[in-house]
Amino acid sequence: MSCVEQMKYKLYLERTSFKDARDYIEKNSEEVYYVDPGYKIFKDYYIIGVPPVAMGVRGSEMLFTYVKPCHGTFVMGIDSEEEISRLRENEAEKIKKSLKNGGQKRKAESGTKPVSFSDIYKK
Amino acid sequence: MTEGKKALLVMGCPEVPVQMSMVIYLAHKLSLAGWDVTVAGTDAAVKLLKAADPESYYVQKTVDVDQLIGEIVEKKIDFDICFAFMHSDAGMTYGATFSAISQAKPYAVVFGKNAEALGESIDYPATKIVAKATHNPNPLKNKIDKVVL
Repeated sequence: MSCVEQMKYKLYLERTSFKDARDYIEKNSEEVYYVDPGYKIFKDYYIIGVPPVAMGVRGSEMLFTYVKPCHGTFVMGIDSEEEISRLRENEAEKIKKSLKNGGQKRKAESGTKPVSFSDIYKK
Repeated sequence: MTEGKKALLVMGCPEVPVQMSMVIYLAHKLSLAGWDVTVAGTDAAVKLLKAADPESYYVQKTVDVDQLIGEIVEKKIDFDICFAFMHSDAGMTYGATFSAISQAKPYAVVFGKNAEALGESIDYPATKIVAKATHNPNPLKNKIDKVVL
């Protein structure tokens, strides 16, 4: 049994499909973050899911999917400022990485010759 | 050469009879071909497997599926091929997770009453082995036998 089941949690959806659980989180959260399957929360729960795995923040509550092989997918909510901060930091890190990659791409694309305004006016 | 290569079989919920039969069959087939086989499942699925194979003749290594996910994420272990058995959305979700966290070549073994629809819903990269089988294992066994490893 995961530590999640021993915590104080609320269940918002029970025994549903992963897709419906993801939709619920996307529609009912103030902030939505996407993580890879295997993202670790609390002490020992690794998120199980079909990418992109949505995780939500609603007030001080984190909404996430919890999958059990014989019972389907659940949407759980647990109050945790610490986990919410980790989610936001994780997202900030992803943006930093994508900016770096985008930056390199833009640098490569800038190899094309600059257009001169005088050439345009000549035409 | 498959000698020393590692194969993982992931069991879904054990409520559909063909699963246990096919897990034992495939584990044995892979072992004979030289694969080092590990079978992962829930506590109930592993208990069923051990009851059917008390001397560990067909399956030597078993592990709790959630514990294994943690070990793969933490890079303590990984496999070369992974067969995820599934007959429900939850099973498919586990299969997608293994496909995302592991370097193993993924196979989705889909069975049960809704095998075709479930097979079509799989949109993560995996070789699909789909057969509408619940009590009679032969349609699934025939499809498994066609897989070239």
